[in-house]
This record gives sequence, structure tokens and C-alpha cells, in this order.
Amino acid sequence: MSLLAYCEWLAATQGSIALHESMYMYPIVESSHVLALMLFVGFAAILDLRLLGLILKRVPVSQVADRLLPWTIAGFVVMVITGVLLFYAIPVRSYQSIFFRAKVIFLVLAGLNVWFFHTRVFTRIAEWDHDVITPKAARRAGLASLILWGAIIVAGRMIAYNWFDCDIQPQSAFVNWAAGCVVPPPLP
Amino acid sequence: MLLPFFEWCETLWLGQFVVGSPWLFPVIESVHLLALALIGGAIFLVDFRLLGLGLKDREVSELARDARPWMIAGLIAMILTGIPLFLSEPIKCYYSTAFWIKMTTLPIALVFAFTVRTRVTRAEPVGNTARRQKLVGALSIALWFTVAAAGRWIGFS
Repeated sequence: MSLLAYCEWLAATQGSIALHESMYMYPIVESSHVLALMLFVGFAAILDLRLLGLILKRVPVSQVADRLLPWTIAGFVVMVITGVLLFYAIPVRSYQSIFFRAKVIFLVLAGLNVWFFHTRVFTRIAEWDHDVITPKAARRAGLASLILWGAIIVAGRMIAYNWFDCDIQPQSAFVNWAAGCVVPPPLP
Repeated sequence: MLLPFFEWCETLWLGQFVVGSPWLFPVIESVHLLALALIGGAIFLVDFRLLGLGLKDREVSELARDARPWMIAGLIAMILTGIPLFLSEPIKCYYSTAFWIKMTTLPIALVFAFTVRTRVTRAEPVGNTARRQKLVGALSIALWFTVAAAGRWIGFS
């Protein structure tokens, strides 16, 4: 089964239809996504700014990371749960949204950045824990994180706009390709 | 009674400028959201500490002093982007319950942040009971969550 067919099947399930048509559940899930964003991106940004030497300069980096990480993870869990529900409510349109696809790519990159930071940079924290200006690799990871999560927020917000939707044709060949639109051949 | 004021707001150049472009509203809205994440971090960092969570091995006053410029920068960005968003649809806002909830809780949250909360975060630990700190931290989180949720809800009406 193709991903598109799977999304079409998902869209026809009772839960998806109920969530999509609900008066309050969908806005509640969407608002929870935004509230969790304040916590998750907010605390992630605090650690990033610390890596860049812009905040909490006298606090060891490991202390900022260790104390905030449980809450950052908690926020991320809520983001994922509410995000999956938002996709579940509108599967086909989301799957064929260039903004949703861009968001997924940015999410993978942000994940790789977290993995890189924790396996390559954070392992040697003892050498620079108290430094205001952290090593270049740490600063790079912090900056990349700020940029990527910012891009994820913007791309996520843009999913709501239908400028590049598949059912609004004609679109440029690039948009139709990037969004995976199934465009019927022009009538003879 | 306030409707004429909102109607006047609708005639202002800035709002019309935003309405006249298909992408200006989404772009300003995105910056509004980015700034929301920033104030989330800067405000909750201190509120969590007041609750005895997060960076609990540091003094409240130290965290508050470090977070303050970021909180203020975030709040300024929120207001600077919020005004054109409002001016682009003042009549919709006038009839939106969520908008009025936001406009009630936002001034309360701002006044609270710069009076009670500032005083409590600056006080020496001795003059501060844990109970009062917890109450202020919890109130601050509740207020800002309400402002943010009501703000998001304006878009659903």
C-alpha cells in the first residue's frame, strides 16, 4: 500500500472523521500543541542560548542540560502526541502539503543534530562545562538547533495555508512534485 | 460601545497593508509564534524554579536576572507582531470571545510579571516563603498558558 493510499484509508476511519469534524476536540488538541511548544522549544532554546554563551553564563552547561532535559522531553512527548492527532485528523491534505513535508525533513535534521550533540559533543562536557564560550562544535549544535526548531515552527504554522494544495491547480511542476500531487493529464 | 473604535482600527493603514498581501499575515503570525517559544523558555525557566523544579540548585534571583532580557525581548516582539495581526481583522476580534479573554488576561499577566513576580524573584531567600514562591510560579504559568491558548483560539472563531 502506498503512503497516499494509507493516508486515504486513515482519513476514512471513524476516529479521524470524528476528530476532523469535532467542534472542540480539534481546537483543544491544536492549542495543546502550541502550549507544549512554549515549554519544549522554550527550554530547548534556553540550552541552545547557553551553548552560545548568551544566557546563564555562570551556570555549568551540564546543569542546564540535566535540570531542563526531563521537562524538555515531557514537552516533546506532548508535542508528538498532539502532532500525531493533528495529522490523524487531516491525513491526506497533510501528507500532500509541502509545508508538512518540509517540517518532517527539518524534524529529521533536528533529530540528527540532537544525536550528534549527545554522542559527539556532550560526551566531553567535563572539559568545557564551566566555559561561557563553549567549543565550536557545541556552539554550532546550539545554533543549528535554534534555526531548525524555528524553521519547524514556521513550517508547521504554514500547513494551515492552502496556497500550494494539490486540489488548487494549476500549480508549478515543482510544487506538484514536492507535494506528491496526483494531477490528471490535461484533457485532449 | 467599543465597536466604533474597532471600526476605526479597521481603517488604519497598517491593517490594510497586512490584508493587502496574501503572505504578510502568515509571516507576522510565524514571528509571533517564534517569540511565544522564546517567552515560554524565559518565563517558565523562572516559574519552574519558583515551583522548586528545573534549575533548582540555583538562586531564583540569578535565573530571573539572566532570563529577564530575553523575556522582555520576547514580549516586545509579541506586541510588535500582535498589533498588525489585530489591525488586519479588528471586527472579527471584536466578536471573538477568545480575543476578549486574551485582552483581559494579557494585561493581568503583564502587570503580575512586572510587579508581584519581579518582587518575589528579587527578594532574598529568607524573606520568601516556599509557599509564596510556589503560588507565584503556578499563577504565572497559568496566566501565560491562558493568554497563549486564548490567542490560538482567536483563529478558530
